[in-house]
Amino acid sequence: MVLLVSLLTFLIFSVMPSADPAALRAGRAPTPALIAEIRHNLGLDKPLYVQYGRYLERLVTHFDLGYSFRNGTGVREQILRRLPATISLVLGAMVIWLAAGIAIGTVSAVRARTKLDRALMGGALVFISTPVYWLGLVALYLFASDIGVVPIFKGADSYVPLSQSPAGWFGSLLLPWLVLAATYAAIYARYVRSSLREVLAEDYVRTARAKGASERRVVVRHGLHAALTPVVTLLALDVGTLLGGVILVETVFNIPGVGRLGYDAVLHADLPMIEGMVLFGAIFVIVANLLADLAYAFLDPRVRYA
Amino acid sequence: MSAPILEVKDLCVSFETEDGVVRAVDGVSYELHRGRALGVVGESGSGKSVSSLAIMGLLRTPNVRISGSVKLNGQELVGAGEATLRAIRGKRIAMVFQDPLGSLHPLKRIGTQLVEAVKLHEPVSRTVARARALEMLKLVGISDAAGRLDAHPHELSGGMRQRVMIAMALINGPEVLFADEPTTALDVTVQAQILELVARLQRELDTAVVMITHDLGVVAELADEIAVMYAGRVVERASNEELLAHPQHPYTWGLLASIPELDGPPEERLASIAGLPPSLLALPSGCSFYPRCPHARPDHAERVPALADAGGGHLVACHLDVAERRRLWASQAAAGVPEALR
Repeated sequence: MVLLVSLLTFLIFSVMPSADPAALRAGRAPTPALIAEIRHNLGLDKPLYVQYGRYLERLVTHFDLGYSFRNGTGVREQILRRLPATISLVLGAMVIWLAAGIAIGTVSAVRARTKLDRALMGGALVFISTPVYWLGLVALYLFASDIGVVPIFKGADSYVPLSQSPAGWFGSLLLPWLVLAATYAAIYARYVRSSLREVLAEDYVRTARAKGASERRVVVRHGLHAALTPVVTLLALDVGTLLGGVILVETVFNIPGVGRLGYDAVLHADLPMIEGMVLFGAIFVIVANLLADLAYAFLDPRVRYA
Repeated sequence: MSAPILEVKDLCVSFETEDGVVRAVDGVSYELHRGRALGVVGESGSGKSVSSLAIMGLLRTPNVRISGSVKLNGQELVGAGEATLRAIRGKRIAMVFQDPLGSLHPLKRIGTQLVEAVKLHEPVSRTVARARALEMLKLVGISDAAGRLDAHPHELSGGMRQRVMIAMALINGPEVLFADEPTTALDVTVQAQILELVARLQRELDTAVVMITHDLGVVAELADEIAVMYAGRVVERASNEELLAHPQHPYTWGLLASIPELDGPPEERLASIAGLPPSLLALPSGCSFYPRCPHARPDHAERVPALADAGGGHLVACHLDVAERRRLWASQAAAGVPEALR
């Protein structure tokens, strides 16, 4: 699977290049000889199958992703160096969107068809429809400490690694977390609501009530227990996809994560970098899928026998 | 006889819908004494399940209206607060439902569900509750009870699941058990086992049982008293023997006649009651069985027949007079009583 992804990326990039990498590197006044030399250095003068074959050989034997066309640094090292910022962003946002999504979804399901439910779901729809980069810019404009109308959060370009200062890390990521979480919280709220409403109509929920369980216990222990099981699958896939790069939020907030790295790589036609990013992304998604399946089997005993 | 444990008086349940008011239960009354079994018989939509859910306070749609009186050992339940009802549910009144797979939580172990039932009403330790759960599983005849505590519902057969439901319902020693079509979803052989189990536990634990079913054969085996419901009303109520030997309501006759006979001639067509039950949105005026009754007369549509004593505590809601009803039944009975009831 990973190999297929790498081949596809390679072909797409080679057949439809966004720009000639050699020409981009050759400076302001390139001579054909210079470009040819650069092409030779980068290995771009070889036939495609040779290029891909070499790439694959290094990948399989050393998990070596090659060197960036742009600055000659190792792709693997670059991505690994950028990964902590992306992981920080995604996992922090995940905590927020899970908490908010489950809480809002549960209230909406229990109070289904009331004004409160309609207001919450209407609000969720607004956040689902809002483009995240726009939301990010508005959030910066409103709340960022440098340009904000109400400067209560640290703004763009303030990322501090966790290892350097935990408090600084937390403060600098709070706004990006909220922005990234907003859309997902809205999606999860709607998902939890419909899943929980379905579960609350089940016979076993009536059984719980007939046993004398309190309404809170019925909803949380019996209802949510069953309603959240499918959410776990969704969560694993979303987190896996996001770890591959949160391009928009990282760009808006200028967070040095994988997403920004990818954004720059595309701008500079940096094939090895793009190829490496896509591979990492694919690995995350595949691992997330596997984890989702395992988690589901763990949470729902019926799956184990199917 | 001592005071009844459960006394239902003029219970009415209606639902306000966009199409009008649905009168699902319309003035149902009965008494139930300790350790006795009442069979409530009727077809789908006759209000038998709704009335029991109303008694438990389990009708939760906002458009439901409940009136009348339900007294558990003298304590009024209609209009009682949620906290009061919660303390009663599962402790003093328990319920077994029709579909045992859907009624058990699919993701929780049998033991967990039984332990929860105990701990909701008694501040006992997990160990004590688990020991009680094990004891109950043995009591309802589950083999390898200790192993089953850790099983999930889908690992058990239908009959086993219903045994678990019964164990869970009886684990706190309730005074009243509602069994809402407990055998409908099961194989015929398993049905008989479950009925036997309920009958045995009723005797051993001295629990009063309300057996709700559409199957006269089921109540014939189990019930001390039988109430026949039609369109939200009780149309006939009498002791088991009396009702099956001398039924007096034309609807009950219809039900009895529709039971197939094992040794009857194979080419014989199964008798059925003509027509359909009335819409609960627009009940016919007068006797609600009037449109389908073969013995109806025009004036029967004018007022609702009261449930009146036809002698010896045999209550019937029918405009025909007692002598005529006896005569009509005698002529039908000559044609043979269904085998299931002999």
